[in-house]
Amino acid sequence: MSPDRRTLLRHASSAGVMSALMAWGGWPAQATAQTASGWNKAAFDGQKLDEVLAALGGTKAEAAGDVVLLAPDIAENGAVVPFTITSKLPGTKRIALLVEKNPTPLIAVYDLADGTLAEIQVRAKMAQTSNVYALVDDGRRRVFAVKEVKVTLGGCGG
Amino acid sequence: MPNPMKIRATASGDHTEVKVLMSHIMETGQRRNAAGEPIPAHFIQTVKVEHAGRTVLSAQWGPGVSANPWLAFRFKGGAKGEAVRVTWVDSKGESRSDETSIA
Repeated sequence: MSPDRRTLLRHASSAGVMSALMAWGGWPAQATAQTASGWNKAAFDGQKLDEVLAALGGTKAEAAGDVVLLAPDIAENGAVVPFTITSKLPGTKRIALLVEKNPTPLIAVYDLADGTLAEIQVRAKMAQTSNVYALVDDGRRRVFAVKEVKVTLGGCGG
Repeated sequence: MPNPMKIRATASGDHTEVKVLMSHIMETGQRRNAAGEPIPAHFIQTVKVEHAGRTVLSAQWGPGVSANPWLAFRFKGGAKGEAVRVTWVDSKGESRSDETSIA
């Protein structure tokens, strides 16, 4: 991670420059096929966890206590399941949420600027009981936390 | 024009807490209507939060984010009265940008 990136981000106001930077991304650029809008289509279209991780690029993630995934044990309504992801890695650049057994596992990817706290709240849909992964990248390491959430009423399809 | 977002930005200590509730159907493309035809996907793909001319958070979302999406996070800095702007773009190219001042 070159220090120039942050400086660039600060000055990048046009959408074009932003998407170019996002395509470069905090994750190694390998296989990051971004659309013009800065949306990683390959990653969001992936139907298996492996496909998504490959499309996101980067090295193998390791399980570590540096990431905390706050989630309910049982979700009564799979259409709205609240998650809070907190990273204790200093200089966290990116946070992603994946639900393994959803038709497309990747829920969301957040890119944090310097000074943005690595704590994000998000509400996601869950098709069925599944493992949920919170994936965090600080530019050097990729770590994840995993938690199983039981769903009594699915929120996809129907 | 899509409905406005509800944005709340609150300064506390040296941080600003941003809470956003967007109004969007977040259709997955997996569902079928009563006639059995697939309902086309329609969901927010990118979200950007700006403060003082810099992007503090940018997000990419898939159809798995719940309808009427919720976003909450904190960033360092921000003083009362300063503007926070949230912009989203969805899969049909529609977009919405709203601004609030930090309270």
